[in-house]
Amino acid sequence: MRSLQLHSDGRLKHFLSTEGLPRAVLEEILNTADAFMETSGRAIKSVPLLRGRTIAMLFFEGSTRTRSTFELAAKRLSADVLTLDVGLSSTSKGETLLDTLRNLEAMHCDMFVVRHADSGAAQFFASHAREGVAVLNAGDGRHAHPTQAMLDVYTIRRHKGPDFGRLRVVIVGDVLHSRVARSQIHALNILHVGELRVVAPATLLPEAVQALGVTVFDDLDEALVDADVVIGLRLQKERMRGAFLPSEGEYFRRYGLTTERLALAKPDCIVMHPGPMNRGVEIASDLADGPRSVILEQVGNGIAVRMAVMALCLGRPRASL
Amino acid sequence: MKSNAAHERSNMLDFSAEEAMQTLTESVLRAYRDLPAPVIVGIYTGGAWVAERLRRTLGVAAPISTLDIGFYRDDLALSGFKGVGSSSLNDSIDGRSVLLVDDVLHSGRTIRAALGALFDYGRPAHVRLACLLVREGRELPIQADYFGREVRLDPGQRLKLRGPEPLALEIL
Repeated sequence: MRSLQLHSDGRLKHFLSTEGLPRAVLEEILNTADAFMETSGRAIKSVPLLRGRTIAMLFFEGSTRTRSTFELAAKRLSADVLTLDVGLSSTSKGETLLDTLRNLEAMHCDMFVVRHADSGAAQFFASHAREGVAVLNAGDGRHAHPTQAMLDVYTIRRHKGPDFGRLRVVIVGDVLHSRVARSQIHALNILHVGELRVVAPATLLPEAVQALGVTVFDDLDEALVDADVVIGLRLQKERMRGAFLPSEGEYFRRYGLTTERLALAKPDCIVMHPGPMNRGVEIASDLADGPRSVILEQVGNGIAVRMAVMALCLGRPRASL
Repeated sequence: MKSNAAHERSNMLDFSAEEAMQTLTESVLRAYRDLPAPVIVGIYTGGAWVAERLRRTLGVAAPISTLDIGFYRDDLALSGFKGVGSSSLNDSIDGRSVLLVDDVLHSGRTIRAALGALFDYGRPAHVRLACLLVREGRELPIQADYFGREVRLDPGQRLKLRGPEPLALEIL
């Protein structure tokens, strides 16, 4: 994965997964995002960096927040944006992914932002894209959602500083089905996080999850002790139909994040959630809307982080392509 | 170990960075003697060092603003995105007098980009340009209002300002 994502000089070519990327690349994304936070605070929020470039949004799977922040990021870089509701168009008529890619390349798109229900879809695009075309993964199956993970670590860095080594981070919920969690775990470990704890019922943990570099807890209260950051994951309700969980009420009682429970964490512990939230299932409303919650800030940070990834992937000298 | 001044002279400059700074400071002081203090904006990084020196000499209390023009360059396709430091404009520039400061004026492309960036922050009453050095080789109709020294170098040579204290020039 690493070789597909990086140019021979080590700079970012595609952004498909946080897994296996060098620490310096992740830090460059975070530092570049800092500069875009500054420009996003101005009355005129766009910069001319990608003027004349075309970015196509290929959302084979529904999404509101991710798609709109990617679009806004591209527009704030002055790129031309093409949004294709692919779920409703060619693919439903039987066009293959490769045909979709070739057609968009014929329109001279410079970047594809791809979201797809199948793991590996973005990687497929990247491995078949012609030279000079960049692919960003906006979520593929259960595999990865790297820009979400980067906006999460960016949010942590803004609150806790650049030294991840002194932080204890807790991820609670459906890790098994979560591409966000997988990407977060890789990113946090690459940034040398002090301790990474994962809490979930055994039915919602991937096999051999410890091999990813986490400590597994079954009891949420134990896991929350002295935490600096707590990340709740969305409980995908469609999973309730399987044999994964007894009931929503039971899940909330054992794994729901509440203000009372957060008393076990450090006093300045922040609470995060990638959204969309199921209030009263994985997180209590008063906590989600309370002073420790940085959930809405994550959304704004997402624009700066996505601008950074787009700038780094497309800001390549044409001569070297 | 040679001194900075001796080192510079061995690279064919017949003045030191501090001497150029002195000349620049005097002409800026003369120009602003009877005018309200400008908003001083230094282009990251060398221009910001020169801007800080001018701020102290002019006795401007407000800290200097810095501008990183990485997002405004016109040579993205030639040299790539090199990343940026952060810009920080501390004051509103709407209707104000801005003194834009850079270390070396050469092609004029950096200043063109800086003006683009500046106008995304507001609409200044006027912008004046102060450069420590002006070098032959303009590609755009942009000139400095105030400068320390003029230099002529071979096209392949690069001038590099080291700083912030003391300022020193190097030819690469």
